[in-house]
Amino acid sequence: MSVLSELQKASLSPTPDFHPENHPMDDFLRMDRMPHIWCSTCGIGVSVNCFAKALEKCQIPLDQVVVVSGIGCTGRVAGYVKVDSFHTTHGRAIPFATGMKLANPKLKVIVFSGDGDIIAIGGNHFINAARRNIDITVICVNNFNYAMTGGQLASTTPEGSVLSTSPFGSYEFPFNLPFLAESVGAVYVARWTSLHVYNQTVSMVEALKKPGFSFIEVIAPCPTIFERQQKMGDGLDRLRWYCENSDIRNGASTKDVDIRLRDRMVVGKFVDVERPTYLEAMNAHYRERLGSKYKDYEG
Amino acid sequence: MKADPKGVLTGSHYIDGDHACCEGALASGCRFVGGYPITPSTEVVERFARRAPMVEGAHFIQMEDELAASIAIQGAVWAGKKAMTVTSGPGFSLMMEHIGLAVMTETPCVFVDVQRGGPSTGLPTLPGQADMMQARWGSHGDYEIIALSPNSPQECFDLTIDAFNLSEQYRVPVMFMMDECVGHMMERVVIPPADRIEITPRRYTALPPGEYLPFKPGPDMIPEMFKAGDGYRLHITGLTHDFKGYPAMNPEVQEQLVRRLVDKIRLSEPKIRRYEEDGVEDADVVVVTYGITSRVAVEAIEAARKRGIKVGMLRLVVVWPFPEPRIFELACRGKAFVMAEMNYGQIFYEVERSVRGRAPVVLAGHGGGTVHNIDDIVKKIEEAHRCLS
Repeated sequence: MSVLSELQKASLSPTPDFHPENHPMDDFLRMDRMPHIWCSTCGIGVSVNCFAKALEKCQIPLDQVVVVSGIGCTGRVAGYVKVDSFHTTHGRAIPFATGMKLANPKLKVIVFSGDGDIIAIGGNHFINAARRNIDITVICVNNFNYAMTGGQLASTTPEGSVLSTSPFGSYEFPFNLPFLAESVGAVYVARWTSLHVYNQTVSMVEALKKPGFSFIEVIAPCPTIFERQQKMGDGLDRLRWYCENSDIRNGASTKDVDIRLRDRMVVGKFVDVERPTYLEAMNAHYRERLGSKYKDYEG
Repeated sequence: MKADPKGVLTGSHYIDGDHACCEGALASGCRFVGGYPITPSTEVVERFARRAPMVEGAHFIQMEDELAASIAIQGAVWAGKKAMTVTSGPGFSLMMEHIGLAVMTETPCVFVDVQRGGPSTGLPTLPGQADMMQARWGSHGDYEIIALSPNSPQECFDLTIDAFNLSEQYRVPVMFMMDECVGHMMERVVIPPADRIEITPRRYTALPPGEYLPFKPGPDMIPEMFKAGDGYRLHITGLTHDFKGYPAMNPEVQEQLVRRLVDKIRLSEPKIRRYEEDGVEDADVVVVTYGITSRVAVEAIEAARKRGIKVGMLRLVVVWPFPEPRIFELACRGKAFVMAEMNYGQIFYEVERSVRGRAPVVLAGHGGGTVHNIDDIVKKIEEAHRCLS
């Protein structure tokens, strides 16, 4: 090959020994959809990162992983992760995931959505999926408000918070999510903040390995709306606040972990118990009641 | 392909329309039902709950509400099952958003609505046919669906199979519009052997991951499908999306996608259309009807014929898309129309629109709760006949 053609080739393509430097998340994210819509120092991306690490640690083949989201800022997670992913309707990610898991129990189904989506509009599905012990993991990023629509009062908003539909401060009693989850039968319940990336990742690994309905609440900064409206500074200020005001209390009674606007916050792994999953219970029950007529349901 | 014999209860059965619908679903390969109890549809899911443990791969779950039922089936479809949900008026109202999701994501599935009297809680145990426009337009946005209306338990079996086949063929949610009378009416239902039942398989892609685009339409405007877990690692969203399935917030992609969703059904109307005619060719008056009302109309037509009026019947089997060209053709031949239905004019307006002012159209309608009084339809036939002269 002549020197000239070598030069021409070099001018058309990167230098022969050039290797593109891949971001460690390249295999997990839909890079052709970047940049994402999340604000700077928002906590959702941190949780996506932890989730990717958790999947890697669990060695779950990504072809078997399904992420289901509802609507909202966290609802956009499904659009960015490079696995089979479903962006469904507002509040209904859990029943979609239920249908998917029951139709093919070999899939690893994760619901990744926000507090407004999972707990307010989707609250009925949350409590019933936990009660049934459907074998899915629910990761709920709680930023205490409806951020996608510009910052409205949510069912998780701490009392006193100023938002566009609580202009003089909220006077509603908010949900305590770990308490709710435990009381309706979740077998694994943990809460971390966006600061606790290691603990969050460990909990995700444990939740993914746990048969049954596992639930992780992630307290995340929403610097554009929630922190700004409460005059709590930006996302980094909020992480500092988490650092100074979070008490790690694994095994704490969930009824004691409710969140107040400016009080210290309890985080940790609260629940890790054994209970037959929906399909285990169903198969055992039918085996007993129907005998040899019944073949175990496997999808 | 032929039906899987595991779901086919071949034989002659004396059952009601609800039970026949369940057997039709099983015969057509439906292996997932997400339900929620509501009169007068509950018997469909009761039978499925009893049958599912004995049919390999079949699963029934009673969800916490109709919102959940109508989206659990879509999760099941994307995991590879054929699936349906079953409800009546109030539950059908709750399912509307998910009919839109199924339209937008082109998820083949069947929504059964055993209609009762409405609005609101209305008449839970008594018949109605007033959800017909809701079936057509109930979810927000512009779209097309397919709706069928059976008039006997046998048709509840036969047409449920057709409903599943059409949903797979066109990747569209199909509305199966029964009514309380047909649902609770007991008649002989003959279920043929599995090898006599034709089933439309899901249109899965043969392309490997990387080459396959989930919303790139084929020659018939319908894209091929994949299912979760097959290694495609794709994204499905209810947002307006491009061929890759990625959200695209602009009018160009909206036009391309939504026009196709509408056209794939609208332009296929000649293939989907299905109606039965009796004595229409030489009739002066054509009674258009569907569902249980068609069986009352038969009596009324007999009575009117005895009074010397030439009357025919056009029974809609597929109600949506509406056979507008056929109605227009008959209108051009100087026939008058009577629309007999259990509401105050839903399909009536569709007939009136289709005749384009060329023929009189008279409504024989009432609010539901019971089938028509035969004389009431006869009077309307006479009224339509007078309009001609």
